[in-house]
Amino acid sequence: MSKNLKEKIAFWIFRILSLGVLLILFWILEFIFVRGWHMLSWDFLTKMPEDGMTKGGIYPAIIGTLYLVAGSMIVAFPLGVMAGIYIHEYTLDSFFKRFIKLMTNNLAGIPSIVFGLFGMALFVNTMKFGDSIIAGSLTLGLLALPVVIRVTEEALIAIDDSFRHGSYALGATKLQTVRKVILPMAMPNIITGLILSIGRVSGETAPILFTVAAYFLPKLPTSLFDQVMALPYHLYVISTSGTKVAESRDMAYGTALVLVLFVLILNLLANALRKYLGNKVKMN
Amino acid sequence: MNKIETKNLNLYYGTFHALKGITMSVKANTVTALIGPSGCGKSTYLRLFNRMNDLIPGVKIEGDVLLDEKDIYNNKGMRIDELRKKVGMVFQKPNPFPKSIFENVAYGLRVNGMNHASFVEERVETSLKQAALWDEVKDKLKKSAFALSGGQQQRLCIARALAIEPSVLLMDEPASALDPISTAKIEDLIYELKNKYTIIIVTHNMQQAGRVSDKTAFFYLGDLIEYNDTNIIFTNPTDPKTQSYVTGRFG
Repeated sequence: MSKNLKEKIAFWIFRILSLGVLLILFWILEFIFVRGWHMLSWDFLTKMPEDGMTKGGIYPAIIGTLYLVAGSMIVAFPLGVMAGIYIHEYTLDSFFKRFIKLMTNNLAGIPSIVFGLFGMALFVNTMKFGDSIIAGSLTLGLLALPVVIRVTEEALIAIDDSFRHGSYALGATKLQTVRKVILPMAMPNIITGLILSIGRVSGETAPILFTVAAYFLPKLPTSLFDQVMALPYHLYVISTSGTKVAESRDMAYGTALVLVLFVLILNLLANALRKYLGNKVKMN
Repeated sequence: MNKIETKNLNLYYGTFHALKGITMSVKANTVTALIGPSGCGKSTYLRLFNRMNDLIPGVKIEGDVLLDEKDIYNNKGMRIDELRKKVGMVFQKPNPFPKSIFENVAYGLRVNGMNHASFVEERVETSLKQAALWDEVKDKLKKSAFALSGGQQQRLCIARALAIEPSVLLMDEPASALDPISTAKIEDLIYELKNKYTIIIVTHNMQQAGRVSDKTAFFYLGDLIEYNDTNIIFTNPTDPKTQSYVTGRFG
């Protein structure tokens, strides 16, 4: 077989497999859209569930998920970005640095249900937050932490050392260099990574199972120590453990669609923001 | 009085002996060229004077490095940022920050606590004029530095270094990434700047060393082989190794 023919065959194999990946994605989206689209309405998004969650809307679950996402980012963003800066900008290549990186990767590999158990033991029971937004946010924040650290580190690695050296050579300290030169350059990638990790966090069910999520709540939370409903858990509840699983099927697909749309919109937003910030950094 | 001096200076990267007992001194307001084949230690030697070698893990330095006859390594009174204010540096590849032209030049002032608006403006203008860039950029100071050509970016980096008024300027092959016209501009600039600054320049370009420098030091495998007036190095060197390097027989 000539090498040109081999090249052609390889090209088509790669191309077909890549299209296969796209196909699977579109298949999932089509599945959700076809079954959930007719459920989407203003009422669905803004009304309380009714009739044993077979009718009405999913407003409290949407609000709950938004609270949890915001809370977890408040936990994970500063901690993760600072840890990433420390690892890449402040530690030299040493045993200590390799140890931190190894442990960060291990943290990322821990199953989310284990985070849930840990969150229950630490935040709900030991710290006595009870099932609450604060306990759920802290647990989700821990789950997102390794991702944020990793994203920050990658964004910092991507910046050529010549910028750091140029800054040091002018008498800048490490902190000034990071704040004034490196972080502004890394921010577009860090923000993008953050938004993607929000997507992950918003879909997690296991970590909130024992720490915050409520089966059904007729009212919205009024404090950080209240329980909330959340989209992924709501989906789980109405499709498996209710007494009227069959009747709530449409509600389930509608909820799934809202969750998927939320993540899709976040991803598009991440892309747009990266482009916008990328241009802005060059200009200012 | 010597502006800059090293006495029996040894530098190791781990176990690699990169600079071997270098003793050399530089007078104020002169241009000194460091020449030699790649990997012979000339950039490493240059980076001693603003302590940029400190950023590399595993570097060990023995001997004395003096600036204005004061030791810059074993000296508790000498802070590293103060040293780098006195000893500016221009790198091989232009490395402007992703900021406006104005803010690039102002950066060194701001990080050293000089923030007064009219002072910064005045210093930015002076520095850009010194770097022979003012006329080309005076109408677009708010524009990104990345929009400039490579040669303009390098002159911007020179202006940036000059803004904090160092007394020594280190240049690490400042024209090697530039076209001949930009190179000529940088060389003219070096000639001008000699009046106010002490300049040490690493270069691979023999003609450039001949054109811009008063003195030339030839490094080979971590040794300082010969150090003398530039015209002597190029016309009548003592060491046969210098002779064959400057005539292009190796390197």
